[in-house]
Amino acid sequence: MTFPYNEIVLDHFRNPRNVGSLENPDGKATEGSPACGDMVSVYIQVDQATQIITDIKFESYGCASNIATGSIITELAKGKTLEEAKNITWKQASEALGGLPPIKAHCSVLAVEGLRSAIQNYEEKHGLTADRETTTEEIVRRRLKRVMNPMKGLDMVATQMVKEIEIKDGIIRVVVDLPEDHQFAASIKEEAKERLENLWDVNKVIIEFSK
Amino acid sequence: MTEKPIYLDNAAATRLDEKVLEAMRPCFFENYAVATSEFGYSQGLEARETLAQARAAVAAALGAEPDELIFTSGNTESSNLALKGVAKSLGLQKGNRIILSKVEDFPVLHSARALEKQGYIVDYADVDEYGRINPDELEALIRDETILVSIQHGNQEIGTIQDIAAIGELCHRKQVLFHTDATHSFTRVPLDVKKIHVDLITLSAHTIHGPKGIGGLYVRKGTPISKIMDGGFQEFDLRAGIENIPGAVGFAKAVELVTPEENARLSAMRDRIIQQVFSTIPLTTLNGHPEQRLPQNANITFHHVEGESVTLHLDMYGIAVSTGSACFSRSLEASHVMMAIGGDHERAHGSIRFTFGRCNAMEEIDFVVEKLAKIIEELRKISPLGKTGGASHDISL
Repeated sequence: MTFPYNEIVLDHFRNPRNVGSLENPDGKATEGSPACGDMVSVYIQVDQATQIITDIKFESYGCASNIATGSIITELAKGKTLEEAKNITWKQASEALGGLPPIKAHCSVLAVEGLRSAIQNYEEKHGLTADRETTTEEIVRRRLKRVMNPMKGLDMVATQMVKEIEIKDGIIRVVVDLPEDHQFAASIKEEAKERLENLWDVNKVIIEFSK
Repeated sequence: MTEKPIYLDNAAATRLDEKVLEAMRPCFFENYAVATSEFGYSQGLEARETLAQARAAVAAALGAEPDELIFTSGNTESSNLALKGVAKSLGLQKGNRIILSKVEDFPVLHSARALEKQGYIVDYADVDEYGRINPDELEALIRDETILVSIQHGNQEIGTIQDIAAIGELCHRKQVLFHTDATHSFTRVPLDVKKIHVDLITLSAHTIHGPKGIGGLYVRKGTPISKIMDGGFQEFDLRAGIENIPGAVGFAKAVELVTPEENARLSAMRDRIIQQVFSTIPLTTLNGHPEQRLPQNANITFHHVEGESVTLHLDMYGIAVSTGSACFSRSLEASHVMMAIGGDHERAHGSIRFTFGRCNAMEEIDFVVEKLAKIIEELRKISPLGKTGGASHDISL
């Protein structure tokens, strides 16, 4: 039989590790994208003295690559310090899975974000984070780095898809270097919007196409 | 894994019937001549006769005259020819508006989008929760500038059948051309052009155990249409290119092999899977109309799970199905049909389409539902949806 994923991915899909939730987690987060159809919840238990993740669980509503990445990310993060775990990238997760198809990057990146958000949740609870900052072009760019270019398996910033960013009176306007009727235009637009809409000082997000 | 794979994606492709292949064989090895003009050589004249017989047989299945049927390379070409050919023939000055339903398949949707770039305006008729358009709402959409209405017969994903008799009557009264895409309904649902006023009908052989690469377009006599691909004068000067005679013969044979008994058998399988799923798996929704639906189509949403995970698990048991999930599609977008019937993303992502064909057996259904029940239960266990407490979310149904 010919499956669309390699053996490691299929193994994590069939037998995901660390599935479930934690009763009283020290940190928890849900990252989701209804447009993409994936959602991941991550729960962590942290040793306060050592800042080491002692236990971690995840839940996934998503496709095979989403489930497999959720599984591998819990294995990679367990026993690591918060600082180490924060720096786990999608690329590392993908490599640990023996490679994911580029078109699946956007589904699996959610699991990595789920982990980071759960750590952030822990830090917020323990007063370890800074105050809210005003949205700048740099912040928009950072957010757009989470939107994957399905053709490359890299984010839309790295692949030079972001042509222009304008922030004015709570309105963000992003110009994407793609024709409007491109195969992936609608999907990228929806994801980019989702990433930016929840910024605290943003009222409206406009995604435009250049060609 | 079963010994034999269970293929339940017959809306996408069907197994060629051996009898179809046998009918086609002489056109490859015995008389493989091109159909010549009436002053050609013997083999060419015989090929011409073979093509004419195939044309008459396919046309007869619609109650049409032989010269009202054009052979094409399939439903994509047929719908392209219907929309673009009519627009080309009439020209923008005649009128610049076209009406489609929101649930049309891509050949119609994207042909209309291409016409928009030439200055046409496309109006979209909404559908209800079952995927049906309302003829009264359609009537309100028809303006003086409207030249063509394109509303499908049976839906490719949710199987809903439109009331094309009412739509045809309306279009005829309003003097607007009416095209219907019958790719998934042809021979499965009765359609007689003597009883229903349709000007153009898209057909394909690949959905009824005929060969891929052959389809047809019914063109009612007198319908303004121009060819969109340049070349020779074949197919009444509406479709240039050497005729696919083996395909046409195969198409005619495929049409002949569909019987009312077979359609009844398919709808029995459809009803059984719906009934079995609903009695064994909780949190499910039937997509499409409960009665007005294609005999070969069942489409069900399994809430709180994502379709691609379901299809991959089923694939491991040798079961092939399709889903409206974004992850399964080539554009990473959730099914526009599921969104049009008011489904939210969750309903689209968890939708599974089962389409039956001649090679499926009733016994397969119990096996599929048994595996499905297990898969859905496992996936729901790991899903954050539908649970209370923790970081879990519930998307209301």
